[in-house]
Amino acid sequence: MCMSQEQHTAQARISQTILGNIWENLMRPKASVGIVGYGAYIPRYRLVTQEISEVWSGGNVVPPVREKAVPGLDEDVATMSLEAARNAVRRAEQVCASFTPQRLGAVWVGSESHPYAVKPTGTIVAEALGATPYTQAADWQFACKAGTEAMQAAIGFVSSGMAPFALVIGADSAQGRPGDALEYTAGAGAAALIFGAADEALVEIEGSVSYVTDTPDFWRRPHERFPEHAGRFTGEPAYFHHITCAVQALMRELQLAPQDFAFAVFHQPNVKFPLKVGADLGFKREQILPGLLVNEIGNAYAGSSLLGLTAVLDIAQPGQRILMASFGSGAGSDAFCLRVRRAAPHAGVWTTRQYVQRRVPVSYAQYSRLKGNYVMS
Amino acid sequence: MREVAIIGIGQTPVGEHWDRSLRVLAFEALSAAMRDAQLERIDALYVGNMLSGELTGQEHLGALIADFAGLRGIEAMKIEAACSSAAAALRVGYIAVAGGIHDIVACVGVEKMTDQQGSVATSGLATAADAEYEALHGLSFVGINALLMRRYMHEHGYKKEDFANFAINAHRNAVNNPNAMFPYPISAQQFAEAKPIADPINLLDSSPIADGAACVILAPLSMAREFTDKPVRVRAIAVATDTVALHDRRDPLYLEGAAISAQKAYAAANVGPSDIDLFELHDAFTIMSALSLEAAGFARRGRGVALALEDEISVRGRIPITTMGGLKARGHPVGATGLYQVVEVVQQLRGEAGANQVPNAQLGMAQNIGGSGATVVTTILERI
Amino acid sequence: MEVARFWRTRHQRYQLVGEVCPHCGTKIFPPRDVCPACEGEAKTPFTFSGRGEVYSFTTIHSAPAGFEKYVPYVVALVRLEEGPLVTAQLTDVEEKDVYIGMPVEMVTRVLREDGERGVIVYGYKFRPRLLQPEPQPQRELEAAAMA
Repeated sequence: MCMSQEQHTAQARISQTILGNIWENLMRPKASVGIVGYGAYIPRYRLVTQEISEVWSGGNVVPPVREKAVPGLDEDVATMSLEAARNAVRRAEQVCASFTPQRLGAVWVGSESHPYAVKPTGTIVAEALGATPYTQAADWQFACKAGTEAMQAAIGFVSSGMAPFALVIGADSAQGRPGDALEYTAGAGAAALIFGAADEALVEIEGSVSYVTDTPDFWRRPHERFPEHAGRFTGEPAYFHHITCAVQALMRELQLAPQDFAFAVFHQPNVKFPLKVGADLGFKREQILPGLLVNEIGNAYAGSSLLGLTAVLDIAQPGQRILMASFGSGAGSDAFCLRVRRAAPHAGVWTTRQYVQRRVPVSYAQYSRLKGNYVMS
Repeated sequence: MREVAIIGIGQTPVGEHWDRSLRVLAFEALSAAMRDAQLERIDALYVGNMLSGELTGQEHLGALIADFAGLRGIEAMKIEAACSSAAAALRVGYIAVAGGIHDIVACVGVEKMTDQQGSVATSGLATAADAEYEALHGLSFVGINALLMRRYMHEHGYKKEDFANFAINAHRNAVNNPNAMFPYPISAQQFAEAKPIADPINLLDSSPIADGAACVILAPLSMAREFTDKPVRVRAIAVATDTVALHDRRDPLYLEGAAISAQKAYAAANVGPSDIDLFELHDAFTIMSALSLEAAGFARRGRGVALALEDEISVRGRIPITTMGGLKARGHPVGATGLYQVVEVVQQLRGEAGANQVPNAQLGMAQNIGGSGATVVTTILERI
Repeated sequence: MEVARFWRTRHQRYQLVGEVCPHCGTKIFPPRDVCPACEGEAKTPFTFSGRGEVYSFTTIHSAPAGFEKYVPYVVALVRLEEGPLVTAQLTDVEEKDVYIGMPVEMVTRVLREDGERGVIVYGYKFRPRLLQPEPQPQRELEAAAMA
């Protein structure tokens, strides 16, 4: 569990003394950084998860989500990342006069289903956006928080003055072994955020916390197609512990309480977990529901909490605060506090809800073809 | 320039020749033509072929076939121009004879397509299109024609069934051609119910993948009677080109290459469309028949299909086409097709077309189209 | 594996980079270095908007090698709003919903894979526009089509 309050207070007092203005666990850039553009993408196919239950359990399993998004045959993490990134660019161009894709100093893609094991997805996305050649491109890996760890790096990258803008994407085309519990929720989607100086941004980053331990709740060994998981061990010691500690540290150091936030977005592996962790932390359902997409699109893994954030950014009003906390198996959680400066533009771009509502249902047989689950050779 | 005559013709049946290789097919057509002209020796051999490298791993066909035919030592080369390879080989032979370089020249078209699975043949055929900007997008050769057909129907207000008579006419004529791949008639209902390949094109719009070889022997007209009683004069053979990719055309529904090629041929022969007694056109797909009739001046824009609807294309019609079955029913061994067309025109002009004889045929035309119209060879032949 | 071939044309395929003729202003795609309208040299890069309309389309049931796993798929000729026709697949659409004149927009998708071990080739496809097209002055469209 997290440190006791006494321990914490003591340590904080010490670090305040030694380091002056530096917070103990909070990551807060010296120069203010914000999000100048964001975009979502969700593929249009949907599998009603009751079909999985019918095929693999005779209808006995009650699915943890109603539907999940499935990519088309010509989609992968690179193409979905690009769709989300293009939407982010369209918004950034409306928000920030000095933004061009050429000024992106970094194109970072967090995912656990990169199309190549070796060869960065970021290179493909950067080239297609027109951000090449003087840019940083890299792929990030930390299960479902691969995108949010890249966010923290981007905040540092921009605030340090190393780049005027940085693009961060969380995207996945999640894999679940047929019939396994993961198959019910393994969804797909991508979200992209462009970071820049806060004075021109839609939202300002007030601070973030990263909380990481060696906790093997879910993993995939090299050359294995499907991930393995530790069953109920993925709950309390993994998801709940890490998110709780990260969010508590964030609120403590920023001296904020749940009621200071208009919205709270948590990693969404199913419907139950984010609602429960939110309630445990003191958040109400109304704060969580606007960013809760998992019942309609499944768990988009590295795209999951980021897509929830984009859904909230679509409707957030100036002055409102947003809490967001990812969870990555292995395990860790990144928690962020964002404050809205101006309402987001939507000209020429779909909102996240529009992508959620676009649905073309597929049968389990069609889904198996789209996922490449039939042996062809 | 010397006037040129065709003094011998030969062909193998078109079909799936599981037991015969590319070189055997070429040799059979070549030796049949040499027998027809009572020849022991030729001066040069030009081989028309499109896909030997792609489908059988064999290039260098000139030397290969010359050697196999016992003609080692002669000038021999392969000529490639996609589906118009065979007529292009004839053009090269014509230049050699007319220019006084050679006296007796054999032009053989040969294709061996059935050694490979369908998808390999399909991607082989797609090499006639633009590899970077058409084939890379999964567009098959059938698909290119389907794009043309859909747009043609849209612009000119035709229905799918309006194209049926091109296929029905071809099959009807193939019944009397012993070398045809599909010597049986088809009905309008069969056409309507045929399996789609690339919508709106179905199986019965399309010519089949096949093996075959055809050969024509050329000589100076002044020497022709030494070899045959029925020489046929080459009045014109003209080649023209257009963009390889359909999307680069100013107007995709107008086969500019075919129009230029036909105009050059008419001018060289000093004739017009109304002088032509039969027209072996390139009916790889029914839409190509319509577009060829329009480009060659037999119908106004958008009226090519009307000729078929009015049954003007039968052996006794105003402009008989595909008189021995065409690409549709005789079969379309791609790199050989242009010479099958010419052999069939010669049969008509010699009066050897049997039940399909066009009455009093004096001038015959063949038009061999490479790709979706990027290379077009128009040949006009005359009975003398 | 044809790595260099695909690499060389990546800008064209990822974001429809063609050319504009410096002499007569004709927009050119695919790039061909010589203007098809005035025959002047035209090597100035030009990025197309990606918006266009379906000029014609077909559904491929018998695919060339390398495309078998995608059948049936729709291939179209798309008239770009800047003038040129381009050959590309339509994606995220059912064949029955496609019609000549349908407004479409460019997306970048997987075109094909060079087997399990080879490179993945990404490139332009078109889908029905997500947002309703903004009204365009009719004569501009016609001028573009004439070019």
